[in-house]
Amino acid sequence: MLIDTRGLSCPQPVLMVYPHLSGSEPVDVLVDNTTSQENVSRAAAKNGWKVEAREEGDGIVRLELRK
Amino acid sequence: MNGKNPFASTAGIIVVGAIIGVAAILLQKFGNPANMGICVACFERDIAGGLGLHRAAIVQYIRPEIIGFVLGSLGMSLAVGEFRPRGGSSPLVRFVLGMIAAVGALVFLGCPWRTILRLAGGDGNALFGLAGLVCGIAGGTFFFKRGYSLGSSVKQNPAAGWLFPLIMAGMLGLYLAFPQVPGQAQSGPLFYSQSGPGAAHAPFLLSFGVALVIGALAQRSRFCTMGAFRDLILFRYAHLFFGVAAMFVAAIVANMLTGGFHAGFENQPVAHTDGLWNFLGMVTAGLAFALAGGCPGRQLFMAGEGDSDAAVFALGMLVGAAMAHNLGTASSAAGIGAYGAQATIIGLVLCLFIGFAFSRKA
Repeated sequence: MLIDTRGLSCPQPVLMVYPHLSGSEPVDVLVDNTTSQENVSRAAAKNGWKVEAREEGDGIVRLELRK
Repeated sequence: MNGKNPFASTAGIIVVGAIIGVAAILLQKFGNPANMGICVACFERDIAGGLGLHRAAIVQYIRPEIIGFVLGSLGMSLAVGEFRPRGGSSPLVRFVLGMIAAVGALVFLGCPWRTILRLAGGDGNALFGLAGLVCGIAGGTFFFKRGYSLGSSVKQNPAAGWLFPLIMAGMLGLYLAFPQVPGQAQSGPLFYSQSGPGAAHAPFLLSFGVALVIGALAQRSRFCTMGAFRDLILFRYAHLFFGVAAMFVAAIVANMLTGGFHAGFENQPVAHTDGLWNFLGMVTAGLAFALAGGCPGRQLFMAGEGDSDAAVFALGMLVGAAMAHNLGTASSAAGIGAYGAQATIIGLVLCLFIGFAFSRKA
């Protein structure tokens, strides 16, 4: 599952990821700003997910959410 | 992007909120209006007056706090590599939302920051404002759940990100080139209040210095009063709310220690007692903040990071504040303005229209 939140600002990235946090399927999230990165990571961690951040270049980060 | 940001933690946002609360009371002690140590809506209104965009003589002053917020955020975002020129997400809609936000806030007489400061000063009328703010933001979450979005922003030319901070720097230059002359209502092109809230201000260096620090800290912590209630309602996430709560607690403690707490409804500083319009003014403003994605303070911090959409919102507030005084919609201590009720309702209807029109499920 890949969720692309590039260009969007809070709360939309979290809103897009939120429904998937109740499941357990791996989710990758593309973010292009630190605020979204922090918000998505915080939401995932709060729901018991592990978050790995990988730089994709040009300010884009792939967040790998794993249960 | 950076890896570790201590201000993104719960402790970080609490510290930043507490610093803002204490700083606001400090600014009041050194001259800013009572229960208005920092008010983004009021101060943008004062700047509109200082530039002559409205001629309400008691609210004209180029507030260094607003300039400092933007430049502090700019400095910090450059230092940590988060300055990112971006924009193009429905700028005109954001401008209109900014106008509506200012008009609504000036019916209540305060932005969310001042709502907290008024409460911390014992002003019971602010309870109606707070209730309105929360209802307005709750209205915003209704639209978010329906898929509301103003669309993606895109990376822009660096000049687009620099422009708003440069406007602020230019205003700072004007302020320094044409400082207030005691007893004179004008200095060069700028207007300066001789009495009223616009005449009450802390010394420049204190106002500007404190604002630079707050701008830098708020950039790091993403402090946002609207986001605090929005995230609580939408996700039951209290992270940003802790910051707002810390601001309130710090301000009330500082007020208690310095004799600034006076509980009651009557004769509160720069406030009126019309509960219905205190409430509805902030419903309109709260909804506008939610639909635009940030409280007035947060919009300034984002504008400092290069977000030209946030800058457009801030300019909308500046124009809306000027209109509020030119068209008689702004309140005063005597009560709401001649057209305050109509403006509040028109603003609310416009927000609802924008909310439905930009919702995917509409």
